[in-house]
Amino acid sequence: MTEAEIRDEILDILSEIAPDEDLSELDDNKSFREQMELDSMDFLDIVMELRKRHRVQIPEGEYGNLASMASTVAYLEPKMREIVKA
Amino acid sequence: MIALDSTRQLPDDQRIVMTGVGLTAPNGNDLETLRANLLAGVSGVQKYEIRYVGETLAGICNFDVTKHQTKKDVRRGTRAGSVGIWAASEAIKRSGLDWDNVDKSQVGIYIGVTEHGNVETENEIYAIKAYDYDTQFWSHHHNPRTVANNPAGEVALNLGVTGPHYTIGAACAAGNAGIIQGVQMLRLHECDIALAGGVSESIHTFGIFASFRSQGALAEHAEPAKASRPFDRDRNGIVVSEGACIYVLERLSDARRRGAPILAEIVSYAINTDATDFVLPNPERQAQCVQLALKRGGLAADQIDIVSTHATGTSSGDSQECIALRSVFQGCDNVHFNNTKSFIGHTMGAAGALELAGNLPSFQDQVCHATINVENLDEECLLDRLVCNQPKELAKVEYILNNSFGMLGINSVLIVRRF
Repeated sequence: MTEAEIRDEILDILSEIAPDEDLSELDDNKSFREQMELDSMDFLDIVMELRKRHRVQIPEGEYGNLASMASTVAYLEPKMREIVKA
Repeated sequence: MIALDSTRQLPDDQRIVMTGVGLTAPNGNDLETLRANLLAGVSGVQKYEIRYVGETLAGICNFDVTKHQTKKDVRRGTRAGSVGIWAASEAIKRSGLDWDNVDKSQVGIYIGVTEHGNVETENEIYAIKAYDYDTQFWSHHHNPRTVANNPAGEVALNLGVTGPHYTIGAACAAGNAGIIQGVQMLRLHECDIALAGGVSESIHTFGIFASFRSQGALAEHAEPAKASRPFDRDRNGIVVSEGACIYVLERLSDARRRGAPILAEIVSYAINTDATDFVLPNPERQAQCVQLALKRGGLAADQIDIVSTHATGTSSGDSQECIALRSVFQGCDNVHFNNTKSFIGHTMGAAGALELAGNLPSFQDQVCHATINVENLDEECLLDRLVCNQPKELAKVEYILNNSFGMLGINSVLIVRRF
């Protein structure tokens, strides 16, 4: 997956776990929590969805990388590089 | 002269009244619609399909879930939570309470459930099948969704209630049991406002259908609206339904102070136990429960105008309840009997509260709604003045007695009076 495809995938996950949010104006460089109502259970949803969809494992100590869209994509790119977008 | 029930001798801060009701039923999402459909003979039972069981019948609620919840909260929570939030929110709106200025620490939430957690557990097991039952794919939402207090807790979260909240597990007597708990907590001054009643999400668990089918107690009929037919000779079981009904309960002193609308006063109640069988009812204990409620309320049997029966459409359950009712009400020329499950199926944890609600307008219109789908009355279910198929206008309606019984031999009776 390219970085753009990973971003689309994260957006799709966010739209599922936060269906009331308008994601069209999301600033990739600001933290998700600054822009959306996300709590720890929501971040676990992101982790779970990546595990279910792509078998990507994110160790608990690395959850901090999911703070913003930019940091999430940068963190996931090496893990998802070889995955072919369905 | 009409004898006074003993409740009227209590001080106003020990008298408990219903000042609002919110509900969702398979044939209506508010009291007026439910009542109109009960009088018009409109069923809420329809065809339904659920995994593993296949095509069956059920009572399904259809309300705007996002009226009182965000989409995210709907996704995160349970159906029992959603129906409970709907009913509680609508009840508050109708009570006339100035909710924004209510001290939320003085509100208690007491919600009856037949079962809870089966839906989510089945869903998770079904979902991880796709991952060869690897539990790392098991949702972190499972525990908060399945803890036994979940439906009441979701209501508390939604409404910002910081007083006590819990569910009362009481099989199909749970709706009455939730209300009874609310009455007790108000009398103890543990809260000033009780949100009390019952909820059911049971149509979303295949296990309940499969178990009733294995027991030979799942209703079948080519015409869904005729499937739930308590007292009929050809009845063949229960129609499982979802639903919710929650009342705002207050002490009469508080209700009078704010000029609240009063739907009814709770005159008496009783809960007892058969202690004889897992599933088969015991008419002697049921009769004792009714008599205990009458005695506590200082009432004679012939003071009751309407008995809302529990009958579910099973072969033995209906006839056993009729044995109990005949033994208590024999010779009473006033009492009339009806049944709500014949319209909406068995709403399980909500049944007691919901079935009472549909009868409350009788205090104003003096009409007893019917039990429908009685084509051939079973001789074992003979009750004098069983109101079959068409509603009946009564000379007066002062007292309603509401039966609600459940597995493991739990019996509950609630008596309310016109206010």
